[in-house]
Amino acid sequence: MKKILMVLVALGIALPALAIDTQVAFDDPVLQARYEKIIGEVRCVKCQNQTIKDSNAFLAADLRREIRRLIGEGKTDAEVYDFLVDRYGEFTLYRPRASGKTLILWLAPALLLLGGAVMLIMILRRRMSLPIDDVAASSDSDDAAARG
Amino acid sequence: MARYVVLIVAFVGLVLVLSMGLRKDPSELPSPFLNKAAPAFDLPTLENPDQNISLADIKGKIALVNVWATWCVGCREEHAYLMQLAKSGQVPIYGINWRDSRADAARWLEQYGDPYVASGFDEDGRVGIDWGVYGAPETFLLDAHGTVLYKHLGPLSPAAWERDFLPKIKSAESAL
Repeated sequence: MKKILMVLVALGIALPALAIDTQVAFDDPVLQARYEKIIGEVRCVKCQNQTIKDSNAFLAADLRREIRRLIGEGKTDAEVYDFLVDRYGEFTLYRPRASGKTLILWLAPALLLLGGAVMLIMILRRRMSLPIDDVAASSDSDDAAARG
Repeated sequence: MARYVVLIVAFVGLVLVLSMGLRKDPSELPSPFLNKAAPAFDLPTLENPDQNISLADIKGKIALVNVWATWCVGCREEHAYLMQLAKSGQVPIYGINWRDSRADAARWLEQYGDPYVASGFDEDGRVGIDWGVYGAPETFLLDAHGTVLYKHLGPLSPAAWERDFLPKIKSAESAL
């Protein structure tokens, strides 16, 4: 049992060995950090639900190469994202930008929360306007039932 | 009673919306190039590394651009139909050989036939990315101005041709 556990732990520790990009893309830590952040936010459209950072599909590797090139050419993050959206659409970004087509995505949580709050208030108001007698009577009968 | 009616209507509505979502294929992404100019490219041809093919060579007529590769199962599947289309002479078919090897691609065309007017050789996948390609085969329908009228994902079939391509080709022809 202990041996199995040890093997599992060892495997867990060895997981980073499976990392896709084993080589550092940039010597400059600032550029490397930008690169890592971007590839962690871009969906691999071939293998949806994976970022291109986590995917070893060749398309993901190609996209990482293009992003590396763009950053190397001095492009800003916004320009890199534009490059991807122009070719693959807004869907390729895990953090869609708030504009036009994606606005509903950003507003939906607030709208749903607002709707829930309105419903809650309406229900509470209705309950508060119920005659007190009614409440007392029902709790009496509950008590009676409990005693009975 | 009224409350139950509301609940049932809401439930049926929810089921309808969700079942519509179920029938959609989440792997089919709309191309951002629809009704926009096809991205420019300039590639050496598969047949001759010294000769190039570019978007300018394709413009001037309604044409298909088919992204294919020898490692692509769907491409093998659609190949016979591409041959048939090419023979019918309805539209010229141009190929973009994506992320492949020249020798493999040449052997494929020799073995199964060559439906393409010419194929560009996109070895490093750069043009594929410019065209938003994420899985071969993909087929773009271009009008004479190089505008993308339609993009088909997966193998071409007679059914898809008649349903998705022909009407668009007809309206593009009448617009000329």
